[in-house]
Amino acid sequence: MKSDILDMSNLCKNKLSELDDYIASLEGNKQEQLIHVLHKAQGLFGYLPHNLQLYVARALDLPAAKVNGVVTFYSYFTEKPTGKNVICVCMGTACYVKGAQKVLDEVLKQTNSKKNDISPDGLFTVKEVRCIGACGLAPVMTVNDKVYGNVDEREIADIISKFKGGHNEN
Amino acid sequence: MKLIEKMVSCTINGIHVNVEKGTTILQAAKKIGIHIPTLCHLDLHDIGIVNKSANCRVCVVEDENKNALVPSCSEVVRDGMKIQTDSLKAVMGRRTSLELLLSNHPRDCLTCVKNLDCELQALAHEMNIREIHYKGEKMSHPIDNTSFAIIKDSNKCIMCRRCVTMCNEVQTVGVLNPLKRGFDVVVATAFHLDLNDTSCTYCGQCVSVCPTGALAERNHSSMVWRALNDPTKHVVVQIAPAVRVAIGEEFGYEPGEVSTGKIVASLKRMGFDQVFDTNFGADLTIIEEATEFVHRLENNGRLPMLTSCCPAWVQFIEHQFPELLDVPSTCQSPHIMVGSLIKTYYAEKNKIEPKDIVSVSVMPCVAKKAEVSREELTHNDLSDVDYVITTRELSRMIKEAAIDFKQLKDQNFDELLGESTGAATIFGATGGVVEAATRTAYEMITGKELKEVNFKQFRGLQGIREAEVQIGDKTLRVGIAHELGNARKLLEEIRDGKSHFDIIEIMACPGGCIGGGGQPYHHGDINILKKRAQALYDLDEKMEKRKSHENEMVVKLYEDFLGQPGNHKAHELLHTFYSAKPRI
Repeated sequence: MKSDILDMSNLCKNKLSELDDYIASLEGNKQEQLIHVLHKAQGLFGYLPHNLQLYVARALDLPAAKVNGVVTFYSYFTEKPTGKNVICVCMGTACYVKGAQKVLDEVLKQTNSKKNDISPDGLFTVKEVRCIGACGLAPVMTVNDKVYGNVDEREIADIISKFKGGHNEN
Repeated sequence: MKLIEKMVSCTINGIHVNVEKGTTILQAAKKIGIHIPTLCHLDLHDIGIVNKSANCRVCVVEDENKNALVPSCSEVVRDGMKIQTDSLKAVMGRRTSLELLLSNHPRDCLTCVKNLDCELQALAHEMNIREIHYKGEKMSHPIDNTSFAIIKDSNKCIMCRRCVTMCNEVQTVGVLNPLKRGFDVVVATAFHLDLNDTSCTYCGQCVSVCPTGALAERNHSSMVWRALNDPTKHVVVQIAPAVRVAIGEEFGYEPGEVSTGKIVASLKRMGFDQVFDTNFGADLTIIEEATEFVHRLENNGRLPMLTSCCPAWVQFIEHQFPELLDVPSTCQSPHIMVGSLIKTYYAEKNKIEPKDIVSVSVMPCVAKKAEVSREELTHNDLSDVDYVITTRELSRMIKEAAIDFKQLKDQNFDELLGESTGAATIFGATGGVVEAATRTAYEMITGKELKEVNFKQFRGLQGIREAEVQIGDKTLRVGIAHELGNARKLLEEIRDGKSHFDIIEIMACPGGCIGGGGQPYHHGDINILKKRAQALYDLDEKMEKRKSHENEMVVKLYEDFLGQPGNHKAHELLHTFYSAKPRI
């Protein structure tokens, strides 16, 4: 048996008890509210590691495969830890034509990270996304909730440096 | 008037048809003799198994009013519908669906385990596919061959979801589920765990319904051939009751044809040194189980007692109800009992070193492949049974050995562990074990002869059945469940203290072992299961001895070797224990 999945000791007790309280507060059929529970869990832990998914499965008396199926179906849910800041580089057609690849490469370089992986300092996760509906500003990237338009790859070092303080709590 | 409201009418290929509301186009077409090809669809509604995912789109037909293609397996008939199943649009639509599936399929049919038994292949033939026009990306998934029982090759999966239906809705095990989305979808275990690391019961019902070679049993025949060709090994084989009424199907016989004598003859031709009958073990199981049951009954022991012949069911309770492990009988499954006797009793009588014996079981079951690797079923570092091959594997081995099965003259089992009664024969059908146990328990408790041995109230295909039997002044309350979802209901009752049964028989597979995961594929035809079960009951009817305790060789076994039923030696060799396992 893969012990890392059954072992839940690395999950923060306080966060788990908050999750338990949330589940207990749900009215009606709890199993049907799996997505809400996962949303809450991801909000608490930052991501949904396998042991946390199993924890949710057991709490709701659902098969773990079902929970894992839902988590892997929705792109919103992530099984990997994310950095403190999530950078999304739009690779939609308009942005791509306007040089989004260069932007993405530069962002990865400046954050010292790989696509969809947390950076070694824990501060960044860089994702490639499809059209975010801001084609007029192409190429576009977002850092957390902030949108940067008409990005020139020479500006990127500056943008990133603003987010380099602090540490990752996830 | 009410009846009319409930009815709807449509035309299919210009033929007028009236059907009840809620009837699918597929069902309506069938009613008037129009065949529509299907692939993902599976309908065994007699036993509560229906897969209606409408995923494969192979059954599309033309709805002329809408000028559109609709999946006939899930689209219900509406008043005034005009359906064409054979218009160019419908035929080409189906062909496109199939070609798209084939374009993402390994197409290694010649060497595939499902060659000539594959529903995808059969459809390609039926639809006269001669070329695949679509070239594109193909799935690339690692093959899970970690378990002793089931091999999963997702590259051959067509996403029909039949296995998902079996695993989740029918068996309520919930190990298989679709993960990811779009092209990346794969039917897999949680977190892509190895099947061995999950709560899989190895019941093999996913294998039973898989239309392609995506799920198959682990093949042990090469190991058996090797043992047969090793002069230092003494190779002994036994066959389960359900095998004899099913294997004929692989050789062109009707389902339910009894081929016991021909199986024995082919096994001897293949070079097995002794051919024994698992039915002997079934009779022995009944003696031990009835003894245990009567003991529990008379000493206020844990009731209800649950039968323990089915290893998938045992695996199920260990993972899903670890708090109820004192409920099942401690009896090993019949083939394990025969296995332990082969390496002790038989070895001793014939002065053969147990380590030189290779013991093979031919089973209708995939779970038994995993069962033999359980540590507690090992004595002195030797497994009670070394290899389990399924009915399907045996039929392939017979063909491989170029044995003309149909021409074989019947042969008999070898004597020492070969005799059996009618009670043992019906072990292969749901309700059979508890019927056999009742026949013996009745005489054990009352000391009187049981005149009417048929307990027809135990028989049938209803998922959960209950019956009462008067034994002396005691009314025995009997519960029977087949399919693990039904078992779950009975177990929940026990857990909640609401169960009113004294004894419960559980078999994991639909219909019992006759519908086992290792049997010839039924391809969704429930009549095949019914005929196999009937054949077992007919066999029982024809037997002179129909109560397990009348088996003379079993009586001799106790006299010569074991002593009393339920004593220390019997416990050491014929009983087992269960352990709690995680649910994942």
